[in-house]
Amino acid sequence: MNTASLLVFDGLLLLSIVSLAWASLATRDERRSVILFMAFGLVLAMAWGRLLAPDVALAEAAIGAGLSGALLLAAVRKQPRPLSSGSTRGSRYLDGAQVRTVSRWGVTLLCAALAGALAWALLHAFNNAPQDALHRSISANLEASGVSNPVTAVLLNFRAYDTLLELAVLLTAVLGIISLGQTTTGYTPAGPVFEGLVRWLVPILILTAGYLLWVGAHAPGGAFQAGATLAAAGVVLRLAGRRIIGLPDGFMLRIVMVAGIGVFLLVGLTVLVLGRPFLDYPPAWAGALILMIETAAMLSIAATLLLAFVGGQPRSMPARAVANQQHEEMS
Amino acid sequence: MLTAQLLYGLTGCVIVALGLRGALLHPSLLQRVVAINVMGAGVFMMLIAIAYRGPDLPPDPVPQALVLTGIVVAVSATALALALARRLHVEQGND
Repeated sequence: MNTASLLVFDGLLLLSIVSLAWASLATRDERRSVILFMAFGLVLAMAWGRLLAPDVALAEAAIGAGLSGALLLAAVRKQPRPLSSGSTRGSRYLDGAQVRTVSRWGVTLLCAALAGALAWALLHAFNNAPQDALHRSISANLEASGVSNPVTAVLLNFRAYDTLLELAVLLTAVLGIISLGQTTTGYTPAGPVFEGLVRWLVPILILTAGYLLWVGAHAPGGAFQAGATLAAAGVVLRLAGRRIIGLPDGFMLRIVMVAGIGVFLLVGLTVLVLGRPFLDYPPAWAGALILMIETAAMLSIAATLLLAFVGGQPRSMPARAVANQQHEEMS
Repeated sequence: MLTAQLLYGLTGCVIVALGLRGALLHPSLLQRVVAINVMGAGVFMMLIAIAYRGPDLPPDPVPQALVLTGIVVAVSATALALALARRLHVEQGND
């Protein structure tokens, strides 16, 4: 493709990205806003593909657009009359939010100023920063990382610490969600057409998850994309009105939730005992260790994302939490 | 500096500002969560633009890995925010 037509493509893509972002925030209809946001995420995934970031494109399509969209849509569903009913106004719409026009303009101006400052910093970075120093040292050490996909190498070897903490963030978020209340009510059983689709879709999603996990070592893919795809299979089952959506029960669920961070820590501490720095795998074992961590991480990510979609403490968990008791007294 | 880097990077700045304005001013709690996600997408776009180094060179994997981490953290934060909003709704006696 020549430069001019690529420029036209870039222009159209960026125009649709900005307009979708604008439209999803300009509307007062929450459902419309969420659907526009999902479209925004999908177009964004195209932009990541255009900028040679296929790993990010996969994650954006599966997590950014897909699961975030499912979470937001489920939240819209839970409170079906946000605009029409006067009595619910106080809860969904902040009381102090009817901001005066003056401060509205002030905020807009400040945001524009922030955009300007960011642009200045970005231009400064483009002009002055050494662009390929980091990249060169990564390609020099890629051999020793155990995988040949540089993004996976960064995520699970060179900067494994970040990914370990990221799994901790995910676990913390889901613990917060669980302690905030019970799961929401399920969906009505699907009709024959959707049911037929579910029978095709769920096995394909599970198979795709396994493929993405395996292929992540040398091509775009990895634990996060795989985990999100696996979670999507559960989301589809729940939307179809199934009561069993692939989440294990009780104690087993707790094990699966902490499996990712647990295996990660175990590997890190084992190499520490063997006299290497924390999470510095021996090159001969790196490939196998990364696959092991990624498999556990995939299961944890899928379970936590699915729990987030289910939206609270599963009924199979013994109701011991204090927050939960309070919740039941409340309602 | 590449044209594509510049175009996508500057669009990222615009999206951050759009998202921030929405997060500060929007009357609906749910749409504030959407706005924060939009803001995050702007930051991701700046990082991916920094990672891009033209069609002939392989892109820098470090910012790309950062964005992957960011996407997962964003969805966790979104899920927690929505759970908090739902609880708030219950506490205010609207359920």
